[in-house]
Amino acid sequence: MAQAFSPQADAEIEAILQRYPNRLAALIPTLWVAQREFGWLAEETMELVATRLDLPPAKVISTATFYTMFHKKPVGRYHVQVCKNISCYLRGSDEVTAAVKQKLGVAPGQTTADGNFTLEEVECLAACGRAPVVQVNADYHEWQTAESVVALLDRLAAGDTSGGV
Amino acid sequence: MAVQTYDYLLRDKHGKDYRDLAVYRAAGGYKAVLKAHQMGGEAIINEVKAASIRGRGGAGFPAGVKWGFVPKDTNKPKYLVVNADEGEPGTFKDNYFLSHDPHRLIEGCIITSMALDIHTAYIYVRGEFKRQIETVDKAIADAHKAGILGKNVLGTGYQLEVYTHSGAGAYICGEETALLESLEGKPGQPRLKPPFPAVVGAFGCPTLVNNVETIASVPVVIEHGGEWFHKLGVERDGGSRLIGISGHVKKPGLYEIGVGANMREVIYELAGGILEDRPLKAVIPGGSSCAVMTPEQIDAPMTLDGIRDAGSSFGTGGIIVMAEGTCMVKALQRLSHFYAHESCGQCTPCREGTGWMARIIDDIEAGRARQEDLDTLLEVADQIGGNTICALGDAASIPVQSFLQKFRAEFQAHIDHGGCPIEGPMPRGTRP
Repeated sequence: MAQAFSPQADAEIEAILQRYPNRLAALIPTLWVAQREFGWLAEETMELVATRLDLPPAKVISTATFYTMFHKKPVGRYHVQVCKNISCYLRGSDEVTAAVKQKLGVAPGQTTADGNFTLEEVECLAACGRAPVVQVNADYHEWQTAESVVALLDRLAAGDTSGGV
Repeated sequence: MAVQTYDYLLRDKHGKDYRDLAVYRAAGGYKAVLKAHQMGGEAIINEVKAASIRGRGGAGFPAGVKWGFVPKDTNKPKYLVVNADEGEPGTFKDNYFLSHDPHRLIEGCIITSMALDIHTAYIYVRGEFKRQIETVDKAIADAHKAGILGKNVLGTGYQLEVYTHSGAGAYICGEETALLESLEGKPGQPRLKPPFPAVVGAFGCPTLVNNVETIASVPVVIEHGGEWFHKLGVERDGGSRLIGISGHVKKPGLYEIGVGANMREVIYELAGGILEDRPLKAVIPGGSSCAVMTPEQIDAPMTLDGIRDAGSSFGTGGIIVMAEGTCMVKALQRLSHFYAHESCGQCTPCREGTGWMARIIDDIEAGRARQEDLDTLLEVADQIGGNTICALGDAASIPVQSFLQKFRAEFQAHIDHGGCPIEGPMPRGTRP
């Protein structure tokens, strides 16, 4: 079945369009809505966005592929992003990454077989004063260690998201 | 002498939740809007000029002067765009306002807009800051409900809408023209200047682009007066500002200091000195694209001119501290891979050169490098700097040039040793 926006998402896109003087400016916010709705941006999804905003598909693809946070393939339920930049590195982010790799059995860029976790090493998350920092989906986890990150993964694997995902 | 700290901007020790509109207003919030409205546009701009605020985003351009570039007589709409795309490694100050004091930013947007007759403001927030965007969106909605935003701002008849706009993961969008491209829905590739955004900015219209902290300082300036704010700092570089200290210090975090405080005191007193009391090895004073400094250089006043005279730049005020035991090649490797990853690909010297530099540094660290690679590395860095549309090219070159200048012997030792000669772990930091 062809993809379609939910009525709620469609209303959200309509509200987004009101904020800008042209439709192209609504593209990035609309891609965010699309990614939330469908999990990632398949070609079909980008075409849906192009149709909804009445933009050429090439414009949509050009923008969607420029930005690293738009997923061009599916990601796990928990997107574990370990900062590897300088301030986190100085405070031991390599040990955090190594602990996640060992715990999940995946390398950066890979997703666990059960589809639960995707590991990624990312650039500076602007929380350097509480390094090392790990972002899981929307939430930041600061002052991480090899032990604390494993505890975090255990908690998430058990479905406990009470302390943020 | 102890370093003087302030809590005009950094109010995290107040024990109050300033995200709550009632709490914010009870502390005097939004009063400066009414004062500004009575003053009128020209007087607001003069007050900001008197405050001598230099832009807090890294370039340090005088804010009042930048405001003066926005044309008064135009039949086009004008825009305010707040740069909340905080991403310069070592920098984490704007995060504070977005997370904990969003109304300060909104109040700054209102006063700035009134000064320049702007009726639409966009706050461009980096995509990773999802929770921060929720926080600011809630503050905007609360302000709307209370009649602080919208068609009749606090009964003044002034109309202003403020919107957040989420980025999607691209460091380059912190560059103001790339940010405007991104706001317009395009890949974030910087524009040639001139024309400057003040004249041709968002959607082809005059646009003021300012950093979060710059805008968040405006209500303080209006409340207490430009002269008063100026005196917290020094001549030509006024006010108090947030600095962030990260890396190998005992108390990393944010501090609000008067512009001009001594950097050595900031590191050894405010931030508690070096982990494990190890000797200091290197400091990057203002975010990763500033030249690295050695311990004998850090007796410098933290002003834009003072750090420049000491051989680096103040940048964003994000101080990265490295203790003895840090491998400078590995440290540079992190930075060079970052710039290679974040190059937008528009200009050949940067697109090709940043990756080339990162690969040479990989070779040096892994013991695969030849003697001549050190010269090649410098040559590539020298040929990127100054030859690109935006400053990312320079930002990628400066760390390479300065690390090699200050720590060449350590790079040489990697080549002679056939790999990393640094033994033992870096100091271990724990949560203070």
